[in-house]
Amino acid sequence: MYHTLSVLVENKPGVLTRITSLFARRGFNIDSLAVGETEDSTISRITISVRADNASIEQITKQLHKLINVVKINELTEDDSISRELVLFKVNAVPDRRHEIIEIASVFRANIIDVGRSTLTIEATGTSDKLGAMEDLFRAYGIKEIVRTGKIAISRGLRD
Amino acid sequence: MKSDKNGQRMTGAQAIIASLEAEGVDILFGYPGGQAIKIYDALYDSKQLKHILTRHEQGATHAADGYARATGRPGVVLVTSGPGATNTVTGIATAYMDSVPMVVITGQVPTSVIGTDAFQESDITGITLPITKHNYLVKKAEDLPRIIREAFFIATTGRPGPVLIDVPSDITKAEIVFEYPETVSIPSYKPTYKGHSKQIKQAVELIKDSYKPILYVGGGIIASGAGKELEELAEFMQIPVTATLIGKGCFPEDHHLSLGMPGMHGAKYTNYALSNADLLIAVGARFSDRVTGKLSEFAKGARVIHIDIDPAEIGKNKAVDIPIVGDAKIILGAINEELHKTAVAPRTTDWLTQIDEWRARYPLHHHAPSSAIVPRYVFERLNELLEGRKKIITTEVGQHQMWAAQYCKTNEPRTFISSGGLGTMGFGLPAAVGAQAGCPDTLVVCIAGDGSIQMNSQEMATAAINDFPVKVVLLNNGCLGMVRQWQQLFYEERYSSTLLGACPDFVKLAEAYGWHAERVAEPEDVDRALRAMIEHPGPALLDVIITDREMVFPMVAPGAAIDDMIGATNVGPISNMIDSEEE
Repeated sequence: MYHTLSVLVENKPGVLTRITSLFARRGFNIDSLAVGETEDSTISRITISVRADNASIEQITKQLHKLINVVKINELTEDDSISRELVLFKVNAVPDRRHEIIEIASVFRANIIDVGRSTLTIEATGTSDKLGAMEDLFRAYGIKEIVRTGKIAISRGLRD
Repeated sequence: MKSDKNGQRMTGAQAIIASLEAEGVDILFGYPGGQAIKIYDALYDSKQLKHILTRHEQGATHAADGYARATGRPGVVLVTSGPGATNTVTGIATAYMDSVPMVVITGQVPTSVIGTDAFQESDITGITLPITKHNYLVKKAEDLPRIIREAFFIATTGRPGPVLIDVPSDITKAEIVFEYPETVSIPSYKPTYKGHSKQIKQAVELIKDSYKPILYVGGGIIASGAGKELEELAEFMQIPVTATLIGKGCFPEDHHLSLGMPGMHGAKYTNYALSNADLLIAVGARFSDRVTGKLSEFAKGARVIHIDIDPAEIGKNKAVDIPIVGDAKIILGAINEELHKTAVAPRTTDWLTQIDEWRARYPLHHHAPSSAIVPRYVFERLNELLEGRKKIITTEVGQHQMWAAQYCKTNEPRTFISSGGLGTMGFGLPAAVGAQAGCPDTLVVCIAGDGSIQMNSQEMATAAINDFPVKVVLLNNGCLGMVRQWQQLFYEERYSSTLLGACPDFVKLAEAYGWHAERVAEPEDVDRALRAMIEHPGPALLDVIITDREMVFPMVAPGAAIDDMIGATNVGPISNMIDSEEE
């Protein structure tokens, strides 16, 4: 089962290594990881997607808490959070099939950000499901390259 | 913490020394080198700090570890960069596995050349990331006092552990105005000490209702100084106690409720008690595989209360009914208080009778007549000769370690020092040196094997030069006994690379270091030679020749359930109370 951990850490050199090496040495796999500064420049947020059972997630969370630089950990569930990922697809596109690809992109509200002689590069954001669906469709044309940012997520605003 | 040096202008190196002084450090263990030379120069002026020069940086870390386990104060290590730093790795990992408070200061190449593969450069913060509780690379001399303050705080609070501080040599030269912080503020580090009151109440209910409880306790009791509270609980509710190797001594082993060590080389009655209990109260112990054997069978019928200061240990290996995060002393105190509030009577009379019957039927000691020296005999003599003396036993790792754990009667905490989690050969001798440095009036005896002691035998020089009168009882079987035992039992007697041969001559080796040394090969010489060793005013080694056929029994085969033991003594059926034990 997929879990999304939102980990607040002190914004100091080497902290990311501490997090990732902990996953490696405790035998847990990271599916995706995104990191950046928060509204407080001394704190960074690391969003980690992990595929693990509940007992493993509990153990990962407890082990992460033991790292001195880890300030806070939230597990974000699908119901109470919104997640996004940004993907760049470079798709084979001979001139007479370009319009098909552009059409698919527009259905998904993705942008064409580069046009080459035989390729189109598309920028898309969304949930993992949506991006997966796009990938499936582009595969028919041949994908030359995919670059993903990794998933980021934010908790929903409280309903007052 | 106050420092009388506050406000003074000084170098980074002097600030390190002033910080250590402010922390109340009396002894540090170490080895100088190019990038640490400035710190050593500042150390030269210190009246408070005594430096013990070991003969290897690994020896320094084990000595600091032995000092910490013996005194309860953090061990402090000072070494240089590169190989000096990497040589501390095994010692740091040993301390980390057994939760020993330690602060290691390493020299580093100057900031300007870090990352260029400079001479004697190693990324020691990267290397020790998985084996330290935390580590620091100092970037500014101004940060030194705060970082050292934090390092001692982190090392000694919560679940104790080693902390490393890497100091580039330009930082040791830079000048700062020294100010040692009074308080520590690490927002992201706040260990829990007080247990959750609702969970404590639930635990008390389980304890009251239990007919067959057992206390399974570990190093956490010693770290938190919870021995008195443990004894009170055990006695009040008449609960038998089994203590892990690291917890050995936290509960007096001459107490009628003591069951000794559990697990792979525990007594059969201890493991039977664990397997048949209806309530397992684990305190400051971590369900190590050497204790549990086959995990799914461990304490199968028992409800589990797990008290530990490290939340990550709770539920890591064994599912728990009542988790309580916090300090063992505080929580056991609270449990005792709750129990005393209501009139409860122990229900364990039948349970204790049952355990006593197992104890009688499967005694730990077996009496095989032999013309050679049997290890048990050496320990019996040693126990008797040390009776009533202030003593500390350290061990190396292997068969002799397990015999020591089985036979050395230990009634006080911090008097049995052994590498449990990491199982580090080469630990015992330097640990004895460190323990002796911290406890000058105590008789320190290292139980060693001929394999292990060769991994740090150079530390005999440290003992001799510093007049540390440590004693070594060397059980010499000419082989790597524990591996050989496994080969004999599980690898069809294919003794691959476990024969050491009669080399070196340990008497000559010890004498070369200025030690008193003697060899015994006949049982009738053991008593006299042990006496001579103990009475010798300086360091002394007794080379005890035993056969390579001796094994550590009883034993749980790797992967088996702990009540499925081989080599256990069975003095015959004496009870029909239990019918699950047919063999």
